[in-house]
Amino acid sequence: MTEEIIIAGFGGQGVLSMGKILAYSGVMQDKEVSWMPSYGPEMRGGTANVTVIISDERISSPILNAYDTAIILNQQSMDKFESTVKPGGVLIYDPNGITRHPERKDINIYTIEAAEKAGELGLSKVFNMIVLGGFLKLKPIVSMEYVHKGLEKSLPARHHVLIPENEKAIEIGKELIKTTQTLN
Amino acid sequence: MKGNEAFAEAAIRAGADGYFGYPITPQSEVMEYLMAQKPHERTGMIVLQAESEIAAINMVYGGAATGKRVMTSSSSPGISLKQEGISYLCGAELPCLIMNAVRGGPGLGTIQPSQSDYFQSTKGGGHGDYRLLVLAPSSVQEMADFAGLGFELAFKYRNPVLVLSDGAIGQMMEKVYLEPQKPRFTDEEILKNTPWATTGKTPDRERNIITSLALESAKMEQHNLALQAKYRQMEAEEVRFEKIGCEDADYAFVAYGTSARICQKAIQLAREEGIKVGLMRPITLFPFPKKIISEMVARVKGILVVEMSAGQMVEDVKLAVEGRVKVEHFGRFGGIIPSPVEVVEALKKQIIGG
Repeated sequence: MTEEIIIAGFGGQGVLSMGKILAYSGVMQDKEVSWMPSYGPEMRGGTANVTVIISDERISSPILNAYDTAIILNQQSMDKFESTVKPGGVLIYDPNGITRHPERKDINIYTIEAAEKAGELGLSKVFNMIVLGGFLKLKPIVSMEYVHKGLEKSLPARHHVLIPENEKAIEIGKELIKTTQTLN
Repeated sequence: MKGNEAFAEAAIRAGADGYFGYPITPQSEVMEYLMAQKPHERTGMIVLQAESEIAAINMVYGGAATGKRVMTSSSSPGISLKQEGISYLCGAELPCLIMNAVRGGPGLGTIQPSQSDYFQSTKGGGHGDYRLLVLAPSSVQEMADFAGLGFELAFKYRNPVLVLSDGAIGQMMEKVYLEPQKPRFTDEEILKNTPWATTGKTPDRERNIITSLALESAKMEQHNLALQAKYRQMEAEEVRFEKIGCEDADYAFVAYGTSARICQKAIQLAREEGIKVGLMRPITLFPFPKKIISEMVARVKGILVVEMSAGQMVEDVKLAVEGRVKVEHFGRFGGIIPSPVEVVEALKKQIIGG
């Protein structure tokens, strides 16, 4: 099993930390992982993306140009990464703020209205965990037991009280994800 | 852990006595991590932010002169500033550990990863006939491993060791296994292991003098000959490399660091198309694994050197191959990382088709 994922959106949306939690969950489940951020002079408000690879085997390149799954959280990232999903791969996006929806016919497309839901529930800080939940529903590559351990590992101890809230958000995400287009 | 953090943690565990640095992207995590860890409480290691890169490298000179395990790190423009100090360290034969998280140049360039400091790292960089022992990590694990190995080799040869990383390896996170904590040298061990160090003269011995200055030419020539003998010993004993998928290969990539990781993916893609290609990854860039590359020529029909530069290591590969098979260079630079697909295309166009 090798899952190559790109997560892309605005800085401040929790793109890098979502990737980090996923990567740590993989480590806890004894998988090989890599987490490669785009880093740049931009911080909050700029674009941010991270490549996460989780595999049973030694990982070759941490930098890729084709992905099994793209998780897209803003329009710029849609423009940049829609074309990078492998044929037959998965594109998950939050339609909030998206003006041009994905057009490809050779990939599976899912939407998750995570921003809206997070706003509704007053859980804007765990927006990214709602999205992660949607991804894990489609691709349960790490089990919730290890996601819990991944959260423990990647959050500083003083924030461990927030773990149940994060896990709740993941469960909400699993319910929230909707199919837009599937092949076969 | 990020590569930069793994390097910092491994240095503490290797028993480092002091880190002297000045922040620069993409390696600021080294000092940030060290400051946060408070190694002076863990092991007594000193971490100091100097007023400039030049001050930092000269603090390294001072620390090394007393037989301590000392280190610095920076990124390309900062490493350029340290070159005078590095030349002096080599001249005075002082051991130390230096890490360069290479970013795109020339000048201030960009903060994105690059491999355009190969010449500077392996051919000198400062003035005078000197060499650094250069280790090129291609994973977070090797960032950790090479901190300890770097100190070991630096003391074995009384020579600075450079860990030539780049922005990508510094910033990415992977799984890493860390060595247990080693104790720092005690004063008794320093006296025993580094009898040349300036530890304070005692009545039973001559003064120890640490200098790179010898105004008498004959003496300076002898010093140079001794240095050269040391570099030849490194060439005989310290060559390190990794070969991947070379057993049945018709073609080979030669690449180090981040480029070597991209080539591993390119190998998978090429082999799916039936192209038998392998990878020779130099781990030491000086001493360069020229003998291994020379031997590979018997088997492969062509070599593509993949670097995030306009073509630097390719010159050393060509020297090793001596014109017997085709050697071409493929590179992206200025902070751009080539994709595995681009590398496969380059192999087809420049080596197989060309």
